[in-house]
Amino acid sequence: MAVNDAAISIRDLVVDRGGHRVLDGVSVEVAAGRITGLLGPSGCGKSTLMRSIVGVQIVASGRVDVLGLPAGAPGLRSDVGYVTQAPSVYLDLTARQNLDYFARVLDAPAQRVAEAIASVDLASSADRPVGSLSGGQRARVSLATALLSRPRLLVLDEPTVGLDPVLRGELWAGFRDLADAGTTLLVSSHVMDEADRCDDIVLMRDGAILAATAREQLLTETGADGVEQAFLRLVGAGS
Amino acid sequence: MSPRVVLSTGRRVLLQLRGDPRTLALLLLVPCVLEALIKWVFEGTPEVFQRVGVPLVGIFPLVSMFLVTSIAMLRERTTGTLERLMTMPLAKLDLLAGYGLAFAAMATLQAGLVSFVAVGLLGLEVAGSTPLVVVFAVLNALLGMALGLFLSAFARTEFQAVQFMPAFLLPQILLCGLLVPRDRMARPLELISYLLPMTYAYDALSRVAASSTVSAEVWRDAVILIGATALALGLGAATLRRRTA
Repeated sequence: MAVNDAAISIRDLVVDRGGHRVLDGVSVEVAAGRITGLLGPSGCGKSTLMRSIVGVQIVASGRVDVLGLPAGAPGLRSDVGYVTQAPSVYLDLTARQNLDYFARVLDAPAQRVAEAIASVDLASSADRPVGSLSGGQRARVSLATALLSRPRLLVLDEPTVGLDPVLRGELWAGFRDLADAGTTLLVSSHVMDEADRCDDIVLMRDGAILAATAREQLLTETGADGVEQAFLRLVGAGS
Repeated sequence: MSPRVVLSTGRRVLLQLRGDPRTLALLLLVPCVLEALIKWVFEGTPEVFQRVGVPLVGIFPLVSMFLVTSIAMLRERTTGTLERLMTMPLAKLDLLAGYGLAFAAMATLQAGLVSFVAVGLLGLEVAGSTPLVVVFAVLNALLGMALGLFLSAFARTEFQAVQFMPAFLLPQILLCGLLVPRDRMARPLELISYLLPMTYAYDALSRVAASSTVSAEVWRDAVILIGATALALGLGAATLRRRTA
């Protein structure tokens, strides 16, 4: 992978949280215009890596470049959409009020609000307070917020947890459309079967990268039928 | 700073308050009820109501906005909305000014209503101008907001945030001169009272209550209140971090 094709480039990243080393010298690149799955068991450092990429994580050392700028640079604030694992929206406002507000902050055109609501299939509950919605619906409000500015890079931390399979399929189809239109997506999951929908795979374990490659290549190299088996073979090879 | 972001943030904060009618009713009605209560508690010594009535009109917004801001900012931090905003093109000052705008509007409403009840219905006498009382109430609301914003950074839970009220505001209420003239307190307490911003809120409001001319002292008190607010806002802004551990 050529360096200039990388939307995200990370070199020797070290992050400590609460006196514990969460990322220990991580180096990885994420290709532009593709869907990269960030996979690994809970607690392996996926969220911390994502926080470092969007520039909200204090890092001990190393370098994170995003779309050619250092992570967290003011010039990136409209270009990077970030969805945390826990839905970060105002529970006492309706979905539409949340999106209206974030659209104004992002200076996105007003019609994007309706588009974002439609793209996460929330039209029927858009005028109820988010606090009265189910967990999956809240997650979709949070996801819709990240779509408002049409960011060049979308960083999604477990966006499909708790969603029904039909909706999950629709969202992944939406991610594919975004990637086809040139958006780079980095999507984390601890569910390995979601990896089959990704172009590239980054496998993590215990704060380190096990593998970072195209999905097909990962399967060929490990001789595995699926990403889960590839993960197991890599863990076996390492120990 | 962006007027678009400031105005939409102010609007968003007001929408959140409107979505919670019970809090709104408490904010507006409790000060009126308390003014009435003080009038009737001191039925036999009406000069007490005349002395503390006006300062209280201005001190209610300080206490309510302190509490509302502490909880609101704590929620912004714990639900991740603050972190989300910090990844967006929003300056910290935009957020603070948006909150300030919303709470100044609420304080105007609150102080306007309680002034109407106290002066119009309860017979509270104001030698100076009643609108000036409302102006000081708004300054106090902004001070309460700034203090709440700063202190909320030190609370991990809503229980802790609520306890900051008795910890930081109650001593100021005791020392500001509302209960006992400050020169009759123990000397160390009198000296400490000069360091507490609520002292100047009390002084300014009692001066407005007592005299129809706006003295230099009233202006000085206003400047001190604005300075204390700016200081607390500066400290509060420093607690809003784009990057966290």
